[in-house]
Amino acid sequence: MIFNQHTFKHGIHPDDNKSETATSAIHQFPFAPLLMIPLQQNIGAAPECIVREGQEVQRGQLLAQAKEYFSVSLHAPASGVIKHIGLMFDIKGQQVPGIYLQPFAASTQEIIEGEPCLFTTSAEKILTAIQQAGIVGLGGAAFPSHVKLKPPKDKPIDTLVINGVECEPYLTTDHRVMLEQADDIMTGIRYLLKVTSAQQVVIGIEANKQDAAIHLKKHIPADLPVSVNVLPVKYPQGAEKMLIQSLLNRQLAPGKHANDVGVVGVNIATAAEIGRLLPHGRGIQERVVTITGPAMTRKGNYRIPIGTPLRFILETLGTSNNLNKVFMGGPMMGSAVASLDISVTKGTSGIIAFSDSKTSLNKTIYPCIHCGKCLEVCPMLLNPSQLGLLAKKQRYEEMQTNYHLMDCFECGACAYVCPSHIPLVQHFRVAKHAIKKQKQAR
Amino acid sequence: MKTPLHIDSSPHINAGSSVEKIMQHVLLALSPVVIFAIYAYGLAVLLLLVVSILSCVLSEHFFNRLSTKNQSLQDYSIIVTAVIYALTLPPGLALWMAALGGFVCVALGKFIFGGLGANPFNPALVGRAFLQAAFPVAMTNWTPAFSADRFVSLPTSTLAWPFGKPIYDQISMATPLAAKKFEQIDTGVYELALGLTSGSAGETCAVLLLAGAGYLLWKKILKWQIPLGIFTAVILLTGMFNLIQPDVTPSPLFMLFSGGLMLGALFMATDPVASPITAWGCFVYGIIIGMLIVIIRLWGGLPEGVMYAILFANALSPHIDRLIQPKVFDEKS
Repeated sequence: MIFNQHTFKHGIHPDDNKSETATSAIHQFPFAPLLMIPLQQNIGAAPECIVREGQEVQRGQLLAQAKEYFSVSLHAPASGVIKHIGLMFDIKGQQVPGIYLQPFAASTQEIIEGEPCLFTTSAEKILTAIQQAGIVGLGGAAFPSHVKLKPPKDKPIDTLVINGVECEPYLTTDHRVMLEQADDIMTGIRYLLKVTSAQQVVIGIEANKQDAAIHLKKHIPADLPVSVNVLPVKYPQGAEKMLIQSLLNRQLAPGKHANDVGVVGVNIATAAEIGRLLPHGRGIQERVVTITGPAMTRKGNYRIPIGTPLRFILETLGTSNNLNKVFMGGPMMGSAVASLDISVTKGTSGIIAFSDSKTSLNKTIYPCIHCGKCLEVCPMLLNPSQLGLLAKKQRYEEMQTNYHLMDCFECGACAYVCPSHIPLVQHFRVAKHAIKKQKQAR
Repeated sequence: MKTPLHIDSSPHINAGSSVEKIMQHVLLALSPVVIFAIYAYGLAVLLLLVVSILSCVLSEHFFNRLSTKNQSLQDYSIIVTAVIYALTLPPGLALWMAALGGFVCVALGKFIFGGLGANPFNPALVGRAFLQAAFPVAMTNWTPAFSADRFVSLPTSTLAWPFGKPIYDQISMATPLAAKKFEQIDTGVYELALGLTSGSAGETCAVLLLAGAGYLLWKKILKWQIPLGIFTAVILLTGMFNLIQPDVTPSPLFMLFSGGLMLGALFMATDPVASPITAWGCFVYGIIIGMLIVIIRLWGGLPEGVMYAILFANALSPHIDRLIQPKVFDEKS
């Protein structure tokens, strides 16, 4: 297979650790005795709860309605009874409002469907259907898809980039979706083409998923302008800016968005969900999650109902005794959880369990020795070393004005290579937070 | 299920490199040079190494006890400093001077600035510069290499009493640089490259120094732009003056392979802490060092200039870093 000519600058090559789950087909995960469904599962405004305590709901029924443009709806992941509407913990350890749902026995779990939305209807109707189906970017950011798909009128879109890169180590959900839902993806692309009026579609896949690339190529309908592009493996290629550069050789200056260069990027799992849900008028009630890591006993890919508690998942699949750290998302950008009493949301792409030996507990942090490795890997061409030194001195203003702190998207490549084990990403998050607070104070 | 869970910021994996591993690689890269130095100068250099390492490690331990910071002996950086420091010393240097210089390396080169990562100058060279200033005669007294009795007896200067009247051997050698500068005697590049000449303990065998640097390059530890800059400047400048005044200017190859240039360019100028962080900054820094070496060697009072060139460039390094920053993601458009 011929490799793409371009690539983005810098980047790293971590062990991908995907082999343990790459061949594991997606299985339906059982219903937990109690689902905890936070209302806020998307960037933007939370939808408004339209059910009450004690009410019986059906799987697929609307639980919360998007009242604003920058919001998406939320559907019942199971048929059951609303036990309680109140606070629950989110991944950050904050208490957020949500719905406690007690599912009925599995035999009664039929999905109710709404009005189908076909790709032949108008772009406006499709965008509304996407919002009503509760669809957000499933790569992890959970950005409302209908907002992303409607760029400003003065920025015409010529290319639709479908992101099947999945550059985070350990994760194999997109890989499995490509192998198992090729037709859904192609149907999704029809909807996406309609709403963006793009002329071409490029699917980007890294070379460690050749089988998926070959499989997708076979499923491209003759009437669709779709090409599949295999890219050399390099992290963080899945980041939109990097991917656009790798695939199209279009560069995005800091602060610019994909639509500034005529591109809309959509995660491949999001495309598959659009193709799977819209023709049946359904909403998102579950998502594919990779459950893996050295401390997991039964690893694999599962279609897990939204709201399933981590504790239920880990107890069902088994963990080793020396479990030490659990994080959601990939190992490069995912968040470690403080408690297992939080649940799978629309943005959860992976749940990874590490044992003692894998965590960085005993890693000594040394002072920066100026080795320059972080500069060699930063995909945004920043100077993480200098940023780290300034962060330590709390010179946040200078980090922003002289060293482009806000361009950092926290991919973690710098901290990954740092021989002094300086928690650079953490420093940068703290700095960004401080700057935001300062701005608000003004 | 064990609780509480460990929480920290992403990324949750790392490349597995560490400061101590880097330092161990540097020691490994230097090991052939160390073995050659002991082979060429015998017991005197062995003792010089032992005393330097002991002095540096004990001083580091002493300052660790005084400081509230983390203990820094386990990061191996002090061993690297000590070994490089010993390799820059004249083989017959009095051991008490070596011990004193080792203390200065740690005290004035490292801890006064805040320890590892904070030293603006290469600590080994700070120690050496101190000795050069305090004991100029002892620091330019060169023991001949490959003397027959080097494994059974020591040069009298080695065991001199502290602060006593220094005694030097009758047989002392001029280094190729001094021979060229003061007596216009040329030394063949072949002899220089293989280390058949006299000089500081570890500076003579260019081939082994290059091999060690090659190892570091392979391990991606070497800031290769620095030696590249030094070599470029030295070759171009010397070549230019060699064309103008062929009688008094040595050849570029002689310049490269003589004195402390290889040891300095490959192992001391490349000290990550005291050098710039960007690739271009490193190259500029190398060019500056190379130019200074040539200027000092050709027109200065001393035959050798590597140490001062590096120390001076160390001082410039933060300014180079301020001037040369990485270009952020496509700033042009």
